[in-house]
Amino acid sequence: MNAVLLIKTLASVVRGATPLVFAGIGEAITEKAGVINLSLDGTILLSTMTAFAVAYTTDSVILGFLAAMAVGTLMALIIAFGSITLRQDQVAIGFVLTLLGAELSSFLGNPFVRLKGPSVPHLPILYLADVPIIGAIFFNHNLVVYASYVLVILSWLYIFKTQPGLKLQGIGERPEAAFARGSNVNLMRYVYTAIGGALVGLAGASYSLSIKLGWSHRHTAGNGWIALAIVIFGGWHPLRVAFGAYLFGGLRSLSSIFQRVAPGIPSQFFNGAPFALMIVALLLVSSGWLDRLLIYLPTRVRRVIHDALLGTPPAGLGRVFVKE
Amino acid sequence: MKIELDDIKKYFGPVRANDGITLTVEPGTIHGLLGENGAGKTTLMKVLTGFISADGGGIRVNGKPVHFASPAESIRHGIGMLHQEPLDFPPLKVIDNLVLAFDNRLIPHRRKARRVFKKLSQRFNFSLDPDARVNTLTVGERQQLEILRLLALGAEVIILDEPTTGISAPQKVLLFATLRRLAKEEGKSVIFVSHKLEEVEELCDRATVLRWGKVTGYIEAPFSSDQLVQLMFGQSFPKSERSPVVLGDSVLELQDVTVQTYRLTVPHLSLTVWAGEVIGLAGLEGSGQRLMLQACVGLQKPSAGRVLLDGQDFTRRAYRDFLAAGVAYLPASRIEEGLIRGLTLAEHYVLAQRDHQPVLIDRAAAAAGMQKRIDKFNILGTPGTLVEALSGGNQQRALLSLLPPALKLLALEHPTRGLDVESAMWVWGQLLGRRQSGTAILFISADLDELLERSDRIVVFSGGVMTSPIDATRTSVEQLGYLIGGVRDTEHTGRDTRS
Amino acid sequence: MQLSRRLSNLGVGLVPVLLALLFTTLILILVGAPPGKAYWNIIQGALESPNKWASVLTATVPLLLCSAGLLVTFAAGLWNIGVEGQIVAGALLTTWLALNLALPPILFIPLLLVAGLVGGALWGLLAGWLKVHGGVHEIFGGVGLNFIATVLTNYLIFGPWKPAGRATMSGTAPFPPQAWLPRLGSLPVYPIAVLLALMTIGLAHFALRGTTWGLKLKAIGNNQRSAFLMGIPTHRYMLGAFLLCGALAGLAGSIQAIGVRQRLIPGISAGYGFLALLVVLLAGYRPLWVIPIALFFAAVGVGSPRLELSLQLDSALGGTLEGIVVLFVLLAQGVRRRSASRRLAGTQSQSQAQAQAQEHKEAV
Repeated sequence: MNAVLLIKTLASVVRGATPLVFAGIGEAITEKAGVINLSLDGTILLSTMTAFAVAYTTDSVILGFLAAMAVGTLMALIIAFGSITLRQDQVAIGFVLTLLGAELSSFLGNPFVRLKGPSVPHLPILYLADVPIIGAIFFNHNLVVYASYVLVILSWLYIFKTQPGLKLQGIGERPEAAFARGSNVNLMRYVYTAIGGALVGLAGASYSLSIKLGWSHRHTAGNGWIALAIVIFGGWHPLRVAFGAYLFGGLRSLSSIFQRVAPGIPSQFFNGAPFALMIVALLLVSSGWLDRLLIYLPTRVRRVIHDALLGTPPAGLGRVFVKE
Repeated sequence: MKIELDDIKKYFGPVRANDGITLTVEPGTIHGLLGENGAGKTTLMKVLTGFISADGGGIRVNGKPVHFASPAESIRHGIGMLHQEPLDFPPLKVIDNLVLAFDNRLIPHRRKARRVFKKLSQRFNFSLDPDARVNTLTVGERQQLEILRLLALGAEVIILDEPTTGISAPQKVLLFATLRRLAKEEGKSVIFVSHKLEEVEELCDRATVLRWGKVTGYIEAPFSSDQLVQLMFGQSFPKSERSPVVLGDSVLELQDVTVQTYRLTVPHLSLTVWAGEVIGLAGLEGSGQRLMLQACVGLQKPSAGRVLLDGQDFTRRAYRDFLAAGVAYLPASRIEEGLIRGLTLAEHYVLAQRDHQPVLIDRAAAAAGMQKRIDKFNILGTPGTLVEALSGGNQQRALLSLLPPALKLLALEHPTRGLDVESAMWVWGQLLGRRQSGTAILFISADLDELLERSDRIVVFSGGVMTSPIDATRTSVEQLGYLIGGVRDTEHTGRDTRS
Repeated sequence: MQLSRRLSNLGVGLVPVLLALLFTTLILILVGAPPGKAYWNIIQGALESPNKWASVLTATVPLLLCSAGLLVTFAAGLWNIGVEGQIVAGALLTTWLALNLALPPILFIPLLLVAGLVGGALWGLLAGWLKVHGGVHEIFGGVGLNFIATVLTNYLIFGPWKPAGRATMSGTAPFPPQAWLPRLGSLPVYPIAVLLALMTIGLAHFALRGTTWGLKLKAIGNNQRSAFLMGIPTHRYMLGAFLLCGALAGLAGSIQAIGVRQRLIPGISAGYGFLALLVVLLAGYRPLWVIPIALFFAAVGVGSPRLELSLQLDSALGGTLEGIVVLFVLLAQGVRRRSASRRLAGTQSQSQAQAQAQEHKEAV
């Protein structure tokens, strides 16, 4: 495999992982606020379909993106309403919405199957795209991909370096304490769930309008679950979530390369590989054997490694906050 | 800032938590709010700080009537509360917790926060590391952080709810000094909520005593203990007698046991527990006493050493084997770890019959069996009552009633936490009854008085290290307080020769 | 409960269903499809001939089997989303035996059904092990294993098990006739399967309520830590729940393979696992309610394909309707609970408060 091919592959990895970056960071924000939006797979399917349908009908990519984000926000708000106001089981509502989103996308998307529609134009960045290696990998894409870079940095800055970001951490960790300090916990949860949902909608639109153009039944099935796993694997930290997204997103892109290199392995293996990796990644992070291993390390190092590799979920995740 | 509570009423259904309480706190004073668990102190403070709204009566700040609809409003008026479990954010750093006190700039002014932090810490002699994560601090340190935060917010009234539970003696000394400075030198109003007479006596300028939602007395310093006891309980309690018990054979033996988690290592535990003996485990939270207790019942596997039960090696055995061998473990959180929400008392009874469990549930027999226990243990409920509907005291009774009749070892975490005096005395009556029949009792408590009064021997944990057992009759609250804080002073410890 | 209370509860329970129908109607109108005709098509599709009734009964079987298993896992507080893959796993093991052995039906069929039990049980155990000993939440373990099972199926169908000639999406070669589950005459309904399904739901109802085993599961589901401290072997019970649910799902898969399809096809599980999850949610985890709801879902599933023929509408309308019904019912439950708890706010803490008041009185 020569260098040109390698660079091209890495570039396609970056491009292919972009939706996972959006969905992963969106969900990380929602979960940092303490809410689980389990409907990702269905929401992504529905917003993917919506983006394509709207873009096809209006011939406007921008409208497609906006419509997809609206869909994502709506689904997220249903979950927020059901869990925050109605105090129902977040997992149950999220799961039903997953199935519902998938079915709706098939039903409403029927007329749009296998049509050719608009897509996001290619936009290499002046000067930067000509930088050897790095330019080709990172700066030779379209606006959507560049937006994902910005999102990673912005979200990291917001959560860890700003006042409202600290408050966000507080709400998810210990809603009672945040409430005692004057935060309107439930309102904030609504807002952040909606923001997360919008980002998930954005992820959906990036599929049908940028990466896997067009629409067909169950176009993107499975990716929502991978995004959820990435949030856990990434310890609810934007930078690590992005890393996880590139790791998983890359796997898909790499499959075509590997198929050429090792033709004996059946193609289905690559379809299933992300999910096997998902299980392994979660095992690594959750099984506790790492904790047991850490006992043998000196005390100073333990804390550093623990924080770097393992993350704990926001303590208030999934739990209903009731005043008084 | 002068605070006046006028005829505050708060009802929860038919229970009158606050039944017309009037109270005045003057600036520059430390005002004690005294009463036993359930008297209404915490409810009153929650009303004052805006957590809940009163059903009747009003609040005046410096003469002006105010109404707080949320904690945020009371904070804005300068009233801050230090809760028993400090409401902070454990995974965040100390400095971040403080930064959240400075109001809403987009990019928090961390440097300014550090300056304020340094200034305030120095003024009160706190030694906190601003970059440490809150979940590595002791309770006493977290309190210090909260006090700094409230002061940074500009609180003029500081309320402390049972602050001395779970802090070491040196930390308590520092806390009291801080409170005195806040009141005398800075003119703040301090409200000290407690059920401990001695501390109110030591610290406060005046005190209000509550009992069953009503005020039973307003008194000025100097106080008399008898007077306070009368006002708190309506009667005086005779000091409980220690009945002599003949100790039997060794029930449990820890031989140079080391227990480890990634956070804490507790090395070289050696202890022999005799049948009929009561051993108290003292120490600040996170000092290792919980790990040791769990090692005694098989919930923690030792990484070194041996655990012997009745002479047999149980080191590698599972928790269920310990249970089968006559050991029982009662965790601290009754409804989170002891009882099961959504199940009735009768269903708990079925589950408790570990050895004789038929495949089919005989509901009538279960109800009858549970009813017998209810009668014997005076539980306020029926076999069909869901356990979450029981009060704390009744939950404790239920847990004790479900224990098997003959036990070799009973391990309890905080057996009387949150219980009023009557229930606490009842619980100990039960435990001492078991002790008479030969059960060895190991218990963790943060209440030094309880440890002294009830234990035969006490071991103190500090930073993962356990002292040798101390004869309870030869030590004092003060000495224990110092040991807990890690002060190893041979003058203060009473060494016991028996082991 | 009195009949009038029961009826009024039913009435209140029907409101979200009606709202769901209304909502779906709106969607249809928006898309430009005639709602009345659409619904009528679904009904016709399910009921228009004895053949169709038989298909509905047959479709109810996997729903009942999986629901029974899910009732067990839900009792233990587990979200066994992996049920879909467990169906597949049962079908896979069954297929392997069906394609490689030849026995007289009286031995073969029970063997193949047992293979379904075993295959599904193993797949369930895998998800269970990941959860209990690996700390991987059963949702992720389940989803991951679902996809892996699908991938495995496709590999086998297009690889080692492809029929002579070309590999196609229509699956493996058909099974030998000795492996076929007996029908009722020429109707596509399998009495053995229906019997097994009904028995299983009945057993689930009985076992979960009336046995100590069921109570222990419930204890684990409500509070795993407390249950453990009480001496219940929580890991063993949880793994057992996964095993049992997997086995029942695998049985459903086996029935699909040797009964309905008589071969292994891609998508052998046909979403029955997920649908069963919806059934159980809608039934409020009550075994007896599962039966009518499963019938309803089966009918919708059998009737929906007619939409494509008559109205060029995607049959996913059926699934959409089902999803909307469950969503509205769940939300309605929340609404009811909140308004009830507002009314009870005095009463409930009253019982606790009364307890405290009594205690105080007694103490004096």
